[in-house]
Amino acid sequence: MTRDDDGTSVESTAVGDEPATGDANGRAPSRRSLLGWGGAGLALGAVAAGGTAVALRPGSDGRPAVPDDTLGAAVPFHGTHQAGIATAVQDRLHFAAFDVTTDDRAELIALLKAWTKAAARMTAGAAVGEGAVGGLAEAPPDDTGEALGLPPSRLTLTFGVGPTLFEKDGTDRFGLKGRRPEALIDLPRFPGDNLDRKRSGGDLCVQACADDPQVAVHAIRNLARIGFGRIAIRWSQLGFGKTSSTTPEAQTPRNMMGFKDGTRNISGTDTAALDKHVWVGGRDGPDWMAGGSYLVARRIRMHIETWDRTSLKEQEDIFGRDKGEGAPVGEKRERDEPNLKAMLPTAHVRLAHPDTNGGARILRRGYSFTDGTDGLGRLDAGLFFLAYQRDVRNGFIPIQQSLARDDVLNEYIQHVGSGIFAVPPGVRDKNDWWGRELFGRSA
Amino acid sequence: MRALRSSVVTAIAVAASLTAVAGCAEKNDSKGGGKGAIEVTASDTACELSTKEFPAGHVRLAVENKGSKVTEVYVYAPGDRIVTERENIGPGTSVEITAEIKPGAYEIACKPGMKGDGIRQKVTATGKGATAERDPKLDAAVAAYRKYVQRQADETLPRAEKFARAVKAGDVEAAKQAYAVSRVGWERTEPVAESFGDIDPKVDVREDGLSDGQKWTGWHKLEKALWESEKISDEDAALADRLIADLKDWQKRVGTAEITPTSMANGAKELLDEVATGKVTGEEERYSHTDLLDFQANVEGAKKAYELLRPVASKNDPELAKELDKQFAAIEKRLDKHRDSDSADGFVSYDTVGKGARKELSDGVNALAEPLSKLAAAVVTTK
Repeated sequence: MTRDDDGTSVESTAVGDEPATGDANGRAPSRRSLLGWGGAGLALGAVAAGGTAVALRPGSDGRPAVPDDTLGAAVPFHGTHQAGIATAVQDRLHFAAFDVTTDDRAELIALLKAWTKAAARMTAGAAVGEGAVGGLAEAPPDDTGEALGLPPSRLTLTFGVGPTLFEKDGTDRFGLKGRRPEALIDLPRFPGDNLDRKRSGGDLCVQACADDPQVAVHAIRNLARIGFGRIAIRWSQLGFGKTSSTTPEAQTPRNMMGFKDGTRNISGTDTAALDKHVWVGGRDGPDWMAGGSYLVARRIRMHIETWDRTSLKEQEDIFGRDKGEGAPVGEKRERDEPNLKAMLPTAHVRLAHPDTNGGARILRRGYSFTDGTDGLGRLDAGLFFLAYQRDVRNGFIPIQQSLARDDVLNEYIQHVGSGIFAVPPGVRDKNDWWGRELFGRSA
Repeated sequence: MRALRSSVVTAIAVAASLTAVAGCAEKNDSKGGGKGAIEVTASDTACELSTKEFPAGHVRLAVENKGSKVTEVYVYAPGDRIVTERENIGPGTSVEITAEIKPGAYEIACKPGMKGDGIRQKVTATGKGATAERDPKLDAAVAAYRKYVQRQADETLPRAEKFARAVKAGDVEAAKQAYAVSRVGWERTEPVAESFGDIDPKVDVREDGLSDGQKWTGWHKLEKALWESEKISDEDAALADRLIADLKDWQKRVGTAEITPTSMANGAKELLDEVATGKVTGEEERYSHTDLLDFQANVEGAKKAYELLRPVASKNDPELAKELDKQFAAIEKRLDKHRDSDSADGFVSYDTVGKGARKELSDGVNALAEPLSKLAAAVVTTK
């Protein structure tokens, strides 16, 4: 939930370790150039690479003043870390977890290469393969076409591998068992969990974030299509209205409970905090994960109707912050230092705070979801929680243990889906591919 | 990966546009045929023509059966599509057949004893817009597929008649046993049957697929009566007769269907689409739950089309052929998991197949149908 992991506020620095060119392979025509705008998309991609923080500097009215011409820009695909973690959080999400259906290691590798190639193209705003139009009349086009004419929309595709890729039902499926990171643990059962198997787990995951939902959905749809026969979608989740910001200078977004969420989230430009809490270090264990991160995904259902019948005072007491400004109990401004002792011992913010959890901090980029109604006339809505951390064992787990046990918010929420994934480091260049280091030299 | 368009594509496009309209066969009492007709002299061992080249347009065939067996005469377009035909030409009789024939290559066949492929002669209708050459391997594939399609219709009739007899006899149990099996030939070749437009809505429509004012007829109406009400009304008995009449219509017309290598390839994909949208969900056989047999029949029909196109496809796109071989084998294996030798249709009832297993089947269909959608491109392109 609104896991308000407070921490020291740090000066922003530009994301400096990403290459300045987002164009992945061979300068295929971008969706933009199909519109006749020539290389504008590529040029903007380069601007965005200089620092996404620049694009989201707040205006005088407190709202992010995003220059129109950067809204649709491309986020560089290649770099030390995968895009979509420290990247300024986009507005929309399509997250998908996949089962690998082939037993053939070579086929899996071929798929990851094909996926990487398609991902590089899509994030640059280009169509998959030979495009959506202009191919053989007798055959379905390589690209499904619904993103044709749309700008790159800051699409990022972030790839991860789940524990079952290394071992499933006691079987070492791809010869990877010995390469499983210790930190990629099977999550313990937390009190109150009501996990649906069909919305949990997965051998692989791809997180697609974009400012346009159509672009995010297009990306997952095309990756699934490329993969049919080797992978199958296990479950997926659409999200809207980011609930955490990695750009603390922008206005803090609100979750479905109406509360500001992510006031003290780790900034995407705070390299010191990212190195300390998010990126896996060279000595952390296995080499192939250095520069990567660990992702926990939780589908958290909110009991919206009962929450809406809760008094304002109770709502604010539950969180430990006020609803309008977002100020901690007893303080005036959202960003004032919280006095934890002034809050209820069971207040959400107090329990989630690093001081309560041995300094544990995570980078959150969750989204709200609303999947219609649940058949009982209740809104099937909540938070799709996504958190990145250097080690889940001293990131999500201690925080969630503290929350699951005592958080008074639990009366209004339930964790119904869960996944954990190792997110490898970034794809370095056009010869590199998702998971190459994992599969080692034999690939 | 994707190869260049070859002239074959154009050839197919031209062939497809050259729809020769089957003319009506007219009896001509005047012996020897009318003036300007192509004389066809049929015997038990020969099929002689007065000319093998004639101007396209309104063409008349004056047929004389000099043999001892009843014969029939066909005019085939490439791929064995029937342009026109006349059956039951008795020994010593003469008939005249007429047809509108567009420029191109054809075959005229006499079939003494009304069996087999017949004694064939190649002929040419001359004129503007002659058909470009098509890969003979593809013509052979189309001809073989047409034969398969005809055999499915031929074999369906007796099975459907058995089903209809049980319905009319009011024997619910026997009708249930015969139901699913009677549909197999249809399900194997449905895209061809659907190409006629009028037969499918009569024999295979589901209640939710009815349009305003359309009377519900065909297999699924009887399915509902048998499994839901378990009673057969007089109206149902009449519908059983109607089903047989409609299936006979199908049997008779299926040889005239426009079939091209592309339509075969895309038809195979459409069969998998049928599985993906109707069978995997259990909608198709919602009363009898015999979806798995339909599923298998759809896969078999798709596989047949693929196997016939495979020699060309594997040359143009060996990777695709390899993938399709693999995925056909995989889906068969998945289906095998649900076999039940004790049931009338050989499979477990689909309502006993759990969500997890249904998803497995659905994943298998996606795994096969996605590469199958690329088959058409592989048969019209060359490296």
